[in-house]
Amino acid sequence: MTDIEPDDTVDARGAACPGPLMDLIGAIRGAEPGDVVRLLSDSDGSLTDVPEWAEEAGNELLAVEELDDHNAFYVEKA
Amino acid sequence: MTERIVVLGGGTGGSVLANDLADRLEPELDAGDVEVTLINDGPDHVYKPVWLYVPFGQREPADGRRALDELVDDAVDLRIDRVSEVDTDSQRLRFDGGGPPMEYDYLVLATGSTLKPEQIPGLAEGGHDYYSESGATALREELLEFTEGEIVLSVIGTPHMCPAAPLEFVFMVDDWFRERGLREDVEVTYTYPIQRVHGNPHIAEWARPIMEERDINVETFFNAESVDPDAETITSMEGTELDYDLLVSIPPHGGVDLIEEAGLGDDGWVDVDKHTLEAEAAENVYALGDTADTGVPNAGSVAHYQAGVVGQRLASDVRGRPATATYDGKTLCFIETGMDSASFVEFDYENPPSPAPPSEKLHWSKLAYNESYWLTARGLL
Repeated sequence: MTDIEPDDTVDARGAACPGPLMDLIGAIRGAEPGDVVRLLSDSDGSLTDVPEWAEEAGNELLAVEELDDHNAFYVEKA
Repeated sequence: MTERIVVLGGGTGGSVLANDLADRLEPELDAGDVEVTLINDGPDHVYKPVWLYVPFGQREPADGRRALDELVDDAVDLRIDRVSEVDTDSQRLRFDGGGPPMEYDYLVLATGSTLKPEQIPGLAEGGHDYYSESGATALREELLEFTEGEIVLSVIGTPHMCPAAPLEFVFMVDDWFRERGLREDVEVTYTYPIQRVHGNPHIAEWARPIMEERDINVETFFNAESVDPDAETITSMEGTELDYDLLVSIPPHGGVDLIEEAGLGDDGWVDVDKHTLEAEAAENVYALGDTADTGVPNAGSVAHYQAGVVGQRLASDVRGRPATATYDGKTLCFIETGMDSASFVEFDYENPPSPAPPSEKLHWSKLAYNESYWLTARGLL
């Protein structure tokens, strides 16, 4: 368990790739620099495309939490 | 007691469904046991795929417009009005112009997509589109006179209508300038929000080599943040800036506000069971087409197939039988790969697409279907 407190949470469980990444991008778009967005996704594709995009966009992927049936990604907007 | 079915939205999904119900429930409609009402905020039905051809001077917006009262069965009550509120607790709709609320026993939301270019600073002033009648005609004015420079096609909004159309546009632009001997003077750049050129990995894998062969520049992980109409630049959240002489965008999309206000889902998309198309947050409410958040493309074929499923389910509901019809994710798209060639894909929730080799025959099949679409709208094809 992480103790990171997100400023916003996007629940994209049930959405197929690239839905979760696009939901994350939408939330980051509306966030302030320094805000942390938590993305909940049960799509395996998120395990690769979220880190790739975070790096490309210069945002930091603080943590990936593996939960029972989904993952939680914590991304801080640069 | 009369069962009242109300369909909100007279696009592909709503019109096909209204005509489907008129046919399927003919005995009940004749007996007065069922009423079907189709509500639309304007008198015309609009077939949007026509707009792809408008910028190239090959179609007119009027080719995609017909009066709803000519398309919809006389057994359907057609109401031209704008709904201001959906109250799913009391099962009532209220209207912009006031008047008495309309009660329903079953409601189908087919309100479709709207464009929201204002979400990106500078986009409305600096960009063009072919996702609206006015956008397509304004783009035509620019494109027909364009002889040299940089064209940028930027996919900004996802989900957006017709996910194939951005690929089609750059393939057509490439071919169109090539045929006219101008391609060497025109740079074409395609941008996409994720790490590949299309949301569906199978279509992306097919399209990317074609783009390379055709010298179409590609920028992936490009999420437009702003447009500077004076400097003619578009800048992404990822920090990339592109110069353009002609910017064509797929603007951000959203559904209509009253869906979120009714608590049925975010951004105007209704949260549904992706097989039954029943709303998750309310009883006796269905959604279809772009409005239903199923994860499948926002495409006319999807709305068409979903209308058949909802029609069957509503008929079962009305007749007191268990509703068994379900939507399997079926999607069908022709994809133009030039001015006289096209591919074709068909897929569903379980089976991925496998694009057919491009051919002239498929191009003509697409154009032929576009002409015969009016039979689909009438519920005949």
